[in-house]
Amino acid sequence: MTRRDRNLYLVMLAPAALVLLLLIAVPIGQSMILSFHRIIISLPQLKTPFVGLENYQELLRDPVARHSFWITAIFVGTTTFFELVIGLVLALLIHRRFPGRGALRACVLIPWAIPTVVSAQMWRFLFNDAYGMINYAVFGAETSHYIPWLALPPGALSAIIVADIWKTSSFAALLILAGLQVIPEDLYQAARVDGAGTWKCFWHITWPLIRPALLVALLFRTIDAFRVFDLAFVMTHGGPADATNVLQLYGYKKMFVEGWMGYGSAISVCIFVIVLILAIIYVLMVGRRLLEASL
Amino acid sequence: MRKGWLQKTGFVMGVFLAAAFSLAPFLLFISLAFKTQAQVTAIPPQLWPDFSLDFFRSAIARYGIMGYLVNSTIVAGSTTVATITLGTLAGYALARLPRRLAQLALMGILACAMFPQIAIAGPIWRFLQLMGWLNTYQGLVLPYVALTLPLSVWILALFFREMPEELEDAALVDGCTRLGALVRVILPLSAPGLFTAAILSFIYAWNEFFLALLIVTDPVKQTMPVGIALFQGEHTVPWGEIAAASFITTAPLVVMVLLFQRRIVTGLSAGAIKG
Repeated sequence: MTRRDRNLYLVMLAPAALVLLLLIAVPIGQSMILSFHRIIISLPQLKTPFVGLENYQELLRDPVARHSFWITAIFVGTTTFFELVIGLVLALLIHRRFPGRGALRACVLIPWAIPTVVSAQMWRFLFNDAYGMINYAVFGAETSHYIPWLALPPGALSAIIVADIWKTSSFAALLILAGLQVIPEDLYQAARVDGAGTWKCFWHITWPLIRPALLVALLFRTIDAFRVFDLAFVMTHGGPADATNVLQLYGYKKMFVEGWMGYGSAISVCIFVIVLILAIIYVLMVGRRLLEASL
Repeated sequence: MRKGWLQKTGFVMGVFLAAAFSLAPFLLFISLAFKTQAQVTAIPPQLWPDFSLDFFRSAIARYGIMGYLVNSTIVAGSTTVATITLGTLAGYALARLPRRLAQLALMGILACAMFPQIAIAGPIWRFLQLMGWLNTYQGLVLPYVALTLPLSVWILALFFREMPEELEDAALVDGCTRLGALVRVILPLSAPGLFTAAILSFIYAWNEFFLALLIVTDPVKQTMPVGIALFQGEHTVPWGEIAAASFITTAPLVVMVLLFQRRIVTGLSAGAIKG
């Protein structure tokens, strides 16, 4: 490569790098700085005094924040587990060659492709207390037994978990599918010649070889589930009694509804740090292998 | 023999269950759009709609759905064009730079795809306020380009890598510049990769809700997802109109999935990053 080519490549890289730097890296740094200040959007005359760690100290004492953290942890744990299980089943189904495979893949992609807001309204309707299909499916026409799912704390949390599992299992399936596709077909043929059945093939060939893909799916889903916002905003608005007040929603409310930009930034920095730790684990465990395999 | 038959039945049942899991809740909800008001609240639920278009009329006339649709189209369209332009330049450079350097850069780009949106929300809001860009199209397009770039660069870099360098060398010998070779020789051959990146960027921008909610508070400039989320009736929830708006929003996405299923699957699994 000539020096001129190299310079040209760096110039070509510059616009994208600049956008990512100015709109992602710098704002993340600014969030950290804001979190050390008291900033109230509705009271600009108070200026923005530096308050050190005050926001973080308050965050540690804040019972709503602690509750919000545990709610989010339950949400992340449950959704990730079920999405991986359902995703694995879906991936095995859409991997097999059969006449309707393209159609099935398209069906499976639909929950992933639609806006989360639409799926949130959809599940809000299905869980409706008066005429939702879920009550009808459980209790039939006995309207007196109908449960107001979204008005009960455990019901509301379960509802956003169900909605998320429905929406993103297909994405987990695609990540696992990528792992299935790199398993060489001859392995199965050799095993079959030796008399191994479907079950044996799965446990001795498929399972060990898709474990890296499962790990990728696990970490991507965990990281992504920590950012849950749309479902809780639309289906329950964080209620009832903060039962679905997930971290990003709590941060949003503090920052943009109540106008506590500094305190909200402290919440957002905490979410960022949690995700960063997960991301570092991810890069250490699989990032390198992924890069070397693909580039 | 018997065992093979059993396995086949199990597989077919699995396929039907997977299709029902993915489609049934969605179809139940979307069918509301074509029902009458009495049908929406009927118990037992009436599965087959009357194919009434009342809710579409009401959603358009009373709730101004078309305005949201225009905003969404402008925002998602501009985002896609800008992302693909920047992504092509960056992706090509990464594909041709030395492997080590490219890997390092891709790691950084990967990191940008993983942070939570709320970590940039406050500063972006303050920046847009300073520029007077809250409640504008560019106020949304700018952050969307940043959010869709990582996946696009990734997909395009992988795609350009597959192209033999001899292709450009031939064009260079014929007197093309490097950029000329990219535009005249590489891009026409890269249509599938460009297309995949474009579809995924478009879907992301079309569906995004969190930033749209806080950057655009003026209903005249809001996008479809915000409109759907904030739908308010006078006394009851206007389910029929919400379903009609949802139908209008998802119809283009469903068509895309049906037509380009293969591209989406390869794009997402090759990139292994959420778009």
